[in-house]
This record gives sequence, structure tokens and C-alpha cells, in this order.
Amino acid sequence: MADNVFLILQDNEDARPIIEAIEKDNQDASIDYQPGMVRIESPGRLVVNRDSVSEFKGQDWDVMELQLNLVSLSGNIDEDDDYFALSWSS
Amino acid sequence: MAAKKKLNMRKRYEVLTRGMGWDTTYQPMDKVFPYDKFEGIKIKDWSGWEDPFRLTVDAYWKYQAEKEKKLYAIIDSFAQNNAHLNVSDARYVNALKLFIQGVTPLEYGAHRHYAHLGRHFRGEGTRVACQMQSIDELRHCQTQLHTLSHYNKHFNGLHDPFHQHDRVWYLSVPKSYFEDAMTAGPFEFITSVSFSFEYVLTNLLFVPFMSGAAYNGDMATVTFGFSAQSDEARHMTLGLEIIKFMVEQHEDNLPIIQGYIDKHFWRAYRLLALISAMQDYMLPNTPMSWGEAWQVYYVENMGALFNDLSRYGLRMPKYSDVATAESEHLSHQTWSDLYNFTHAAAFHTWVPDDKKMDWLSEKYPNTFDKYYRPRYLQWREMEKAGERHYFKGLPQLCQTCQIPMFFTEVMSDPMKVSRRVSMYKGDRYHTCSDGCKDVFENEPEKFIQAWLPVHQIFQGNCGGAELSDVLNYYHLNDGEDNMEYVGSPDHKRWQEWKGEDKQDEAAAG
Repeated sequence: MADNVFLILQDNEDARPIIEAIEKDNQDASIDYQPGMVRIESPGRLVVNRDSVSEFKGQDWDVMELQLNLVSLSGNIDEDDDYFALSWSS
Repeated sequence: MAAKKKLNMRKRYEVLTRGMGWDTTYQPMDKVFPYDKFEGIKIKDWSGWEDPFRLTVDAYWKYQAEKEKKLYAIIDSFAQNNAHLNVSDARYVNALKLFIQGVTPLEYGAHRHYAHLGRHFRGEGTRVACQMQSIDELRHCQTQLHTLSHYNKHFNGLHDPFHQHDRVWYLSVPKSYFEDAMTAGPFEFITSVSFSFEYVLTNLLFVPFMSGAAYNGDMATVTFGFSAQSDEARHMTLGLEIIKFMVEQHEDNLPIIQGYIDKHFWRAYRLLALISAMQDYMLPNTPMSWGEAWQVYYVENMGALFNDLSRYGLRMPKYSDVATAESEHLSHQTWSDLYNFTHAAAFHTWVPDDKKMDWLSEKYPNTFDKYYRPRYLQWREMEKAGERHYFKGLPQLCQTCQIPMFFTEVMSDPMKVSRRVSMYKGDRYHTCSDGCKDVFENEPEKFIQAWLPVHQIFQGNCGGAELSDVLNYYHLNDGEDNMEYVGSPDHKRWQEWKGEDKQDEAAAG
């Protein structure tokens, strides 16, 4: 079984389309709502796709905007114009 | 006609930012960068550095400015609406006192030292990352002071954090941890702070304070906390990146880095003892126990991290097993110590009520009722009899972590004090654990110079021979900042604001 990566976002309106995009693109992700923040865990890998977020948001979204809502994360980061991904190699 | 191919983010960043550094010709490089070789860390090629977040300065300003606007609007609103009245109980505010005294000065120290690294690392990509972190840390110091300044108007113990950080006994714990790193080389510092503190253990600092704030109605601290955490994600990534970079550059670096990881994991873990007590005892509503947080954020998460890093030859920090065994005892032992010495502390303590003790029983089924409840029941009786317990002497401190020696041999006999002894140049030194003993014995010349608060008091360097002299030296207002919570000025004011004093009068009359 793969180790979990996680992403924690602030629980606000900006983060909502991001969370919806993650749910859509990561079948094995589990979402846990805690006070003020949302913790998203996924075995081995988690990806945030720019196109998915933009679609849910109804506006163009830049991957770098993730920084405004990021609380914590765990995993090796791979970032490009179209996605932000976390993974463990093991 | 073929469309022009666009460079991807990584390539674009490389093209824009690389080549900004150069090798000096008018002075030798080793003279321009005098600090980055003495540790024995070998870097073959600084351009192998991968920027974690690929921020240019304009993007940095843009995102930071947006965070600031949102944060300060909430701080203003909090102050205008006297929202400190919405916290669950004034006991909660003692967590904020510990924060402003213990953590905020470290943010300032980090600001200074990342500026130093931003000058002294040979690679320009690494320097830029450190410069941005330096500004982030100053931001954290400032936003904490601004947020907590409102509490300072209405509660005691928040009025002189920097002065107290440099002198008060429990604050020498975070202070000595940070100064240990600041007086080390750049690679040790960045392993200590960026990796051990801001990656491995960050969630064990952040979750207790910020979730604690959220569960106890402290909107201002929640907001400041989340705003700072978005910077921390960048810091965490820097920490992980530097570890990978160092071990990839040369195989000789591996044992040095593992040594730094072992040392600073243990030192930062010892510092977190204060946080464990805050989490389990200072928060009227506690989202998660220290034991639970340790299981999730260390055992599981860091298990995953070190599994990943094992491909480089790195392993979990030494004494991880001791820390895990201690997780069922740490908060109780630490709170008991703080309870004993609260006459000399700039925050209040109290015996937990039945509701809290039942919660602690549930969270610590193997240890709380057996070892710690009897102690609290005893202290409750003493309080009822008008003899609230304060320890009348001064404790022995560990030479390394500077915490009073109250830790016990949790792996074999939790009722036995854990004590280690080392001889150096004819003198005897005491440490609290194998972890601290190893740190001492690896660098005895450094640690024999520790400014231990108890020794300094006895030597007469802290104002004088009486407790009142020492409290003056601490800028601690006797009868206001210190002592038992029940009956304190904070408690009385809280009762007035909530009308609880009138209810008591009505009930009595």
C-alpha cells in the first residue's frame, strides 16, 4: 500500500473550486473537514489540474494562486504551468 | 505554419533567473563566501539546485501583498469588535502568552539568520530562496505582534516578550534551540530549521496552536495562523529540497546530514514539550490530543517521508522510538512542571477540571489514570485547603535542552527519572536523555557554555537572591502575570465581562 501524501487548504470560498477539482481528478483522495481547514489525503500521488480548477471556478486560475490558500502539505512537489502534484517515490 | 513552442514553467524560470550569479575574479570565491565549506559539506555544482516554488520577486510581492490585505482587515475588525470576548475562556489566552514569548522571538531570529544565509550560500538560487524566507519570517514576527497586541490590552503576560525570551527559564528552551542553530554553519542551520523544524515537526507546532484557536473562538489567531502557513508551505519545500540537494551532491555529505537530522530532530522535539502541555491542558476545547497529533503528524507522515528519503540512504531520526513512547506522558509531565513553577512564569496554570481529566483518560488510556490523575486530585485538595502547591526550590536543568529534569524512563519504568551524566575536563554535566547526552558529547565545548537560567540565578546574575528580585529582572509583574489562574486578575476581569461575578453574588445572596 502506498504511503499517503496530503494537502491542507484553508476552508474558504477560494479553496472550494480547488477541492472540487481534486475530488474529480483523484479517485482515491479522501477529504476531511476540520475547523477552518480542509485536509485532503491520497495514496502515493495527488494532482491539482489548472483546467479543472478553472472550470469549477468559472475563471482562469493560475497554479501559483494555490499559495494563497495553502496551509500544509506532504510529499515531493512537481509544479508546472498546468498542474501541481505531490508524490512519494516509494 | 508551425506554432512556436512555449517554454514550460521550469525552463522559463531557469532562463529568466540563471546566470544572474557569477564567479568573482577580483577576489577569490572562498573569500567572498567564507562560511559554506567549513562543515565539510561538498557541493560540486550549485546549479543543480531546483527552486521549489519558482517565484520571481514580482510574483512574491503580488501574492504576499494579497495575503497581507486580507489579514490586516481581519485584525482590524477583531480589535474593533472586541472579539477577544468570544474566546471560550480566559484560560485559553495563556496559550497565546506562551506563543508570543516563545515563538515570536524565534521568527525574528529566523528573519536575521535567513538574511545571513541569503548572503553566504554560494548558489544564487539558494540565496534567493533564503532572502524570500527572511522576509517571510519578519512578516510572521510582525503579524504575530499585531494580532496579539489586541490581547495585550486586555490580558496580562503579553507585554514584554523579547525581554523575557532572553531571560526567563522556560523560554531559554526555544532560545537555546535557535541559538544552537544560529551559531552553527549554514548547512546545519538550514537542516535544523528548514528541515527538522519546518518540515518534520511543523505540524506539531502549527496544529495545536491554530486548531486550538479555531476550537476556542480566537478568530484573529486562526487567521494569522493560516496566513503564515501559506508561507510555511514554501519553507517546508525549501527544507526538503535542501536535504535532497545536499545528499545528491556528494556521498560524503550523507553522514553529516544524518547527524544534523538526528541532533535537531531531538532538540526540536524537546522544545515541543511546551506545546504538548499547551495543547492538552491550556485549551478548554481541544481538537486533538498531543498523543493523537504525534501519531498522525510524526509516526504516519514522517514514516512516509523517511520511506521516500531512504533511497538517498537517510533513515528516521535516532530516538524516534523514545519520542513515540514519551507521547503518552509528555504533556502531563510538562504541565505538572509548569504548574509547580507558575509563580515564576508569565502565564497562569491550574488543576484540570473533571471534564478535562475524563477527556485525558480517554485519550491516554494507558497512562493518565495510573500516573497523573492522582497527582492532580492531590493538588486540588491542597488548593481547597488554601495551600495551592508551588515548588519552593529551583530544578536541575538538562545541559542541552535546558528543560527541568522531569522526564522519566518511559521505555522501562515511567516512575523513574531519566538522568544521564557526562564528564568533561574534570566537570560533571547532566542531561535528561540519551538524545540530549549524545548532543552534549558530540560538541562539549559548545554546550559547556550554555547560559542555564537556574545556574545564572544562583550565581546572582538575575537580579538578586530573592524571588522578587528575579521577577523584576524578568519584567514579570508579581501577582498579575504569574501564579494560579483562579483568582488572578485575568480571571476576575473575565468574570466581570461575562457577568459571572454577578451570578455568583446572586447565588450567594
